Amino acid sequence: MPAVTNSPAALVDRALELAPRVALRPEPFGALAYHYDTRRLVFLKDRDLVRVVEALASQPTLGAAFDTCAIADHRRAAFERAIAGLVESEMVRERADR
Amino acid sequence: MSALTAELKRGLDAPICLTWELTYACNLACIHCLSSSGRRDPRELTTDEAKALVDELRRMQVFYVNIGGGEPTIRRDFFDIVDYCVAGGVGVKFSTNGAFIDAAVARRLAGTDYLDVQISLDGIDASTNDAVRGQGSYAIARRAMDHLAAAGFGPFKISLVVTRHNVEQLDEFKQLADSYGAQLRVTRLRPSGRGADTWHELHPTSAQQRQIYRWLLAHGDDVLTGDSFFHLNALGEPLPGLNLCGAGRVVCLIDPIGDVYACPFVIHDEFLAGNVRDPGGFARIWSESELFLELREPQSAGACASCGSYDACQGGCMAAKFFTGLPLDGPDPECVGGDGELALAGVASGSVPRPAADHSKPVRSSPVTFVRR
Repeated sequence: MPAVTNSPAALVDRALELAPRVALRPEPFGALAYHYDTRRLVFLKDRDLVRVVEALASQPTLGAAFDTCAIADHRRAAFERAIAGLVESEMVRERADR
Repeated sequence: MSALTAELKRGLDAPICLTWELTYACNLACIHCLSSSGRRDPRELTTDEAKALVDELRRMQVFYVNIGGGEPTIRRDFFDIVDYCVAGGVGVKFSTNGAFIDAAVARRLAGTDYLDVQISLDGIDASTNDAVRGQGSYAIARRAMDHLAAAGFGPFKISLVVTRHNVEQLDEFKQLADSYGAQLRVTRLRPSGRGADTWHELHPTSAQQRQIYRWLLAHGDDVLTGDSFFHLNALGEPLPGLNLCGAGRVVCLIDPIGDVYACPFVIHDEFLAGNVRDPGGFARIWSESELFLELREPQSAGACASCGSYDACQGGCMAAKFFTGLPLDGPDPECVGGDGELALAGVASGSVPRPAADHSKPVRSSPVTFVRR
């Protein structure tokens, strides 16, 4: 697993994407993420967070994904922690394209 | 109760954990079989119907299915169905007694992506295991494990139903799993199927319940439990997993003839939600069946309402209560506060519901034989 949280650049400035072999399933409370390799299931408990995760691959950075999804400033720290958790559980990973 | 638990109780758009029993046919006749399996049901779903069901599960984004039986590998189209699942992105974990896992099958399984295998073993030695699962079944299971290990399958699962006769073997089971690089899964004995007749003799004593709780707590996420021991959470720190009865909310059962039940442990008309052959299929049953909608409503704590542990144990397992004749809004028969034992003493003989759909083979005393249809 790439040690994103320990890297010099902050997570918001990194290019991220949903890991391959991870499926997102919409649910009333947000979404379920399932990793076919680790067989791990994670609950995304906020619909806006789900939108951010879905936007990651098409945005240059996590911060840009926040902007695209119009996430209010006061919510960004919590969302960043949630994304860090998803990186930790290998659901989200750093993109190799830059 | 966490916000997440509250959400899960209202149900999901599709099950997280769906058990699909492919056949009632089985080469064994375990005395605690929760589906009373033995003989094939002539109404079993055909290969085409099974594949149409997989298509539906894929559309609902069901991530994986737990395939069981009976002995699922008895079906000649077993690999057709499994391959069709994984090709469509529906992962498979299947439970087997191992009888049909020879070297070639093990290699085929090892070469299949998105596939988990779970071998059932209910005793660390032949005498403990075979007393429950039948003569020769220990050797069969161990041989299957040897084949999987030799084929480089990786971490398969060893699945143990904990009874009063194998509680003391938990450490040895863990060692066995470790020796294979396998993962141990320990689940709760339910009074379902043929288990209705054997539960009273097999279920762990109340002292053993505490022992199981401490053992599971000490092993944490290293040991899988299918979240089946949440009734023990009344003893203190909660065990890992979702602390709730998922019946009709996050889990359900599709039986070999396409009947959909609220969970794998309640094969009885009272918990029958519909049949996948009905118009609208499985998706409609999941989202619209009266039974499932009712199970997603807030449930009454009943006699447990005044107990301080209700939030921790959630009143325990619906199936365990139902098949021991206890009211569903009262204590679990294995309530760690002792309320279940008291309640059981008050159940009138003859008033206990009988499991439906008995596919047991006629009683015979000869050793296990293998018949593949």
